[in-house]
Amino acid sequence: MKLKSEQALELDESHVTVGQSFCDDPKMTMRNVDVFYSDKQAIYDVNIDIAKNEVIAMIGPSGCGKSTFLRTLNRMNDTVEGCRVDGQICMDGQDLYSPKLDVVELRARVGMVFQKPNPFPKSIRDNVTYGPKIHGLADTRVDLDEILEKSLRKAGLWEEVKDRLDQPGTGLSGGQQQRLCIARAIAVSPEVILMDEPCSALDPIATAKIEELIKELSQNFTIAIVTHSMQQAARVSHRTAYFHLGKLIEVNPTEQVFTMPKHQLTEAYITGRFG
Amino acid sequence: MAKMSFENHITKQFDEELEEIRTRLMEMGGKVEEQLQNAILAISDANSQLAEQVILADQSIDAMEVDIDEACILIIARRQPAASDLRLVMMVTKAVNDLERIGDEARKIANHAIILSEENESSVGYPEVRHIATSVTNLLAHALNAFARFDSDAAIRTIEEDQQVDLDYKTALREVATYMMEDPRSISRAINILWVLRSLERIGDHAKNLCEQIVFVVKGKDIRHC
Repeated sequence: MKLKSEQALELDESHVTVGQSFCDDPKMTMRNVDVFYSDKQAIYDVNIDIAKNEVIAMIGPSGCGKSTFLRTLNRMNDTVEGCRVDGQICMDGQDLYSPKLDVVELRARVGMVFQKPNPFPKSIRDNVTYGPKIHGLADTRVDLDEILEKSLRKAGLWEEVKDRLDQPGTGLSGGQQQRLCIARAIAVSPEVILMDEPCSALDPIATAKIEELIKELSQNFTIAIVTHSMQQAARVSHRTAYFHLGKLIEVNPTEQVFTMPKHQLTEAYITGRFG
Repeated sequence: MAKMSFENHITKQFDEELEEIRTRLMEMGGKVEEQLQNAILAISDANSQLAEQVILADQSIDAMEVDIDEACILIIARRQPAASDLRLVMMVTKAVNDLERIGDEARKIANHAIILSEENESSVGYPEVRHIATSVTNLLAHALNAFARFDSDAAIRTIEEDQQVDLDYKTALREVATYMMEDPRSISRAINILWVLRSLERIGDHAKNLCEQIVFVVKGKDIRHC
């Protein structure tokens, strides 16, 4: 598990994460998490809590493991050939990697929004109501319409699409499509929303709308967001976690990370000295 | 945290921009130091010509303040600095303000030097001015050295020096008040001396502010009002 020598030089011998990794009232807890893709290790011994209704941002250079880490939180890595996750990941004390756990149900509880908007090639209505239908959250048209409106309103999209709900979701603009994907994710009443660079394909206006939305959603949901935009992490998150070569280097309140980071690798990254 | 360094950004241009505001702040500090020394010399030598020079040169310090502030605003707009870089840029915008105010106080001292040179050749207040001027000149030099080396320990020692200046200032006020009571003919001159002492004390405060900002850059701690 040794890193290449020149890389190892940059890291602490102890590999202990600096800062405030843990919290009193965690929604999710991760202990000693290692992730391997076949024989290549992508994540090394990560320990962290995610608090209820917290927005936590994961930052770090490409290939640092932040997306891999995010995807362990709803077992998206299960679909990757050769991927193995060691350690313990729990939500509300329940082991997410228990063989008894229903992964489909897990993904309803832990929703995900991806880098590129990926609406189903269906109507706006079907995009949002598909999840509630298959998870049996609503049977009648009235109930589904209620979920539809509520989700689209929460995603800040209702006013823009209410007169064309039966038109294809793919016909919306990029920013609208991303908000449709967020509406789709929240339609199944998740507890946690994972966002993997949700704004990297969007213009600044659509980005601002999504960021505003993240702030509103955090009142009801726990949000973990991976972003390459450090300004975005600084704007939307309560805590920021910095990953480097598969290790969780530092977790601290966001305002501290961007003004006075504790670890020199965090400092080097956020000041643009490598990455 | 490792030794302060504002180099090795992926964008070399960013290194240069940060280095430039640092260098320009040092230049401004050097110029302000020279102004203070000349203003004090103008008083002790009753040299009104030198005092005029100080008054004129203050404009160039004002211009430096505006230029450095503009450079800082451009860095914020272009680079969105974070962590130590952000602290440096914020520190520089505050420090130029303090240096400019020191320049203003030096100009005021020069104004009083002209008035004092036109009065009779009394020595009332000279020892007090000389004593505090020496302390304040050293204080400013130490503050600028601490900035040049990003030495927060030296900055903290310099802050302590300012406490001594404040005490000396109070003592000097009492002494000058005594002169006024003893000889009412000295009142006009003593009032000018009081203003000079007041300016010197203010310069000490601005140098202290500079030191607090150095601690903020190096340690990330805001020690103002502590």
